Amino acid sequence: MTDTSTALALPDNRPRRRKPASRKWLFVMPALLVSLCVVLVPVIATTVLAFTNWNGFSLPKFVGLANFVSILQEPRFWAAFRNNCIYTFLFATLPMVSSLFMAVLLMTVRRGRTFFQVMYFLPVTIATVILAQIWRSMIFSPTSGVVGWLQSVGIAIDNPLVNPDTSLLGVLFVDMWSWWGYLTVIYFAALRQVDRSLIEAALVDGASRWQTFRHILLPTVLPTVMFMLLMSIIWSFKVFDWIYVLTEGGPGFSSEVLATLAYKTAFQSFEVGRASAFSLSMSLLGMVAIVIYLRIQARREKA
Amino acid sequence: MELGKNLTARIIVYAMLGAAAFSVAAPLALMVLNALRSNFDILVTPLGWPSDPDWGVFLRVWKEAGLGRAMLNSLLIAGATVIVVCTISSMAAWAIARKDVPGWMVISLYFLTTTTIPIQMFMFPLYFLMAQLSLINSPIAVIIIYSAIFTPFSLFLLRTYVLDVPMELEEAARIDGASDWRVFRSVILPLISPGLLTVALIVCLNVWNEFLISITFLQNADSATATVRFYQLTGRYGNNLADLMAVATLIALPTVVFFVLVQRRFIEGVSAGAVKG
Repeated sequence: MTDTSTALALPDNRPRRRKPASRKWLFVMPALLVSLCVVLVPVIATTVLAFTNWNGFSLPKFVGLANFVSILQEPRFWAAFRNNCIYTFLFATLPMVSSLFMAVLLMTVRRGRTFFQVMYFLPVTIATVILAQIWRSMIFSPTSGVVGWLQSVGIAIDNPLVNPDTSLLGVLFVDMWSWWGYLTVIYFAALRQVDRSLIEAALVDGASRWQTFRHILLPTVLPTVMFMLLMSIIWSFKVFDWIYVLTEGGPGFSSEVLATLAYKTAFQSFEVGRASAFSLSMSLLGMVAIVIYLRIQARREKA
Repeated sequence: MELGKNLTARIIVYAMLGAAAFSVAAPLALMVLNALRSNFDILVTPLGWPSDPDWGVFLRVWKEAGLGRAMLNSLLIAGATVIVVCTISSMAAWAIARKDVPGWMVISLYFLTTTTIPIQMFMFPLYFLMAQLSLINSPIAVIIIYSAIFTPFSLFLLRTYVLDVPMELEEAARIDGASDWRVFRSVILPLISPGLLTVALIVCLNVWNEFLISITFLQNADSATATVRFYQLTGRYGNNLADLMAVATLIALPTVVFFVLVQRRFIEGVSAGAVKG
C-alpha cells in the first residue's frame, strides 16, 4: 500500500524506481514464530490452566476461581509474596547506591580500571548454582565454612540460612554479592560518557567533588540508573536459582518466594492448576510493581 | 575526576577498591583452595591453606562425575542456541529497525513484554507437552526454549547495530537488483557482525550457566548439562566437599577464562544495552 502511494506521489517526469513488493515480514516470522510457540501460547495455556484442577496427566476439569480462593487463604502464599516484596525492595535499592559509589571511586583512579572491572564482573560469569554452593558449604556452613572458623575463634555467629529470621536476608546477601559488580561496570560505562572537560572545568571553578558528582555526573547517569532500577525490579521479582539452591524456600517457608512456590507446586505435588494460579498471581503482581515504578518515574519527569 | 597528587586520598581509594575486589575473589579462592584440600582437613579446620595440595582431584572427579559428557552437552546446547538466536534475531532486527513491517511497533512491544514474564508463566504447559512428545532429556526442547528466551535481548541489541548501517548502502544494492535476502546477507550481516559476536558471547555464557530450564527439562545423567550435573552431584558429594569444589572449579573455569579473554568486548556489549537505553 505505502509503496504504491509514494510511487504515485513522485513527479511524473522522474523515472520511477522499481521496487519489488516488500517481503520483509518474512524476516520477522522465524523469531516471532519461535516466541509464539514457546512463550505466548504457553502463557495463554497457563492462564487457562489456572482455572482448572489439572495434575499434568489426566484431563483437566474446570474449577472456576477455586484455585485462587484456596491460594489466597494459604499462609505460604502471603509469606512468599511478602518475601518477594522485601527481596525486590532491598535488591533494587542497596546495590544501586553501593555500585554507584564504587563506579565513582573507579572514576577517580587512572591505573587498574580494567583490572577492577574484570574482578567485579567475575561472579556474573559463573553459574549461580556453583556460587550458591560455595556460599552454602564454604562460607555459611558451621562445619566446613568460614562461619565455622569464626565460631572456633570465639565469634558468636551462626549460619544465616538455617534461621527463619535471617534465611531470606542470607540468600539476598549472596545474590547482591554476585550482582553489585555487574552494576558497577554498567554505571562506570555510563559515567565515562560524561565529558571530561566538563568535570575539569567544574573542579577548576572550585566546585567540591560532591557538587561535581551531584550536578554533573549524576544527571548524566540518571537514565542508566533508572533503567537498571527497572531491570533490577523485574529480575529480582523472578528470583529462583539462589533460593532454590541455598534454602529451597526454608526453613519452614521463611525464604519462600512465588517463583519457588509455583515451581514446587507443579513439579513436587503435581498440582499444575494451582501452580498456574501461583504463576499468574506472580506475573500480575510483578506487572503492578512495574506499573507503579513507571508511574513514579513519569511523575518525577514531569516535576 | 582523578585525584591528582593527593597521596592519602589515593591510598584510601585504592584500599576501598582493593577491599571490594577481595570480597569478590575470596569466595572464589575458597572454591579452588578447598578443592585441593582433603575433606577431612576441611572439617577439622574450616578455613585453611592446602598444606598438601591434591592436584589429582581434578582428573579424578572429571572421570568419576562424567563431567566430559556434561560439558559437551552444555557446549552443544550453547552452540546450537547461539546459531538459532543469531539467525532469527538478526533477520528480525533488520526488518524492525527499518520499520518495514506492518505492526513493527506492536511486535517490538511484544518482544519487550516477553522479557518481563517469569519463566514459571510458560514452563508448565511446555513441560507436559514435551513429556507427551518424549522430548524430556532431549537437547532439542531446551535449545528451542533458550532460543525464544534470548531472542528479544539480541534483537534489541542488533537493532542498534542495524541503525548504524547507512540506508544508502542498502539502496545501492537494491538498484543493482539485489533481493531482500541478498541485501540482508551481503550488506547487513557483514556490517552487524560485531554485534553478532557480542550476542554470541553473551548467549553462550548465559546458556552455560542457566539453571531453571535445564534442571527441569534435562533430568538424567546422559542429557545433563554442566550446571545440572553439578546440582545432581551436590547430593552425592554432600559428604565430600573437596570433590564437590573440584567439580565446581572445573565447571567455572571455562567461563572465567573465556570471559577474561574477551572481557573488553563483553563488558562493552553488556553496558551498551543499558547505557544507550
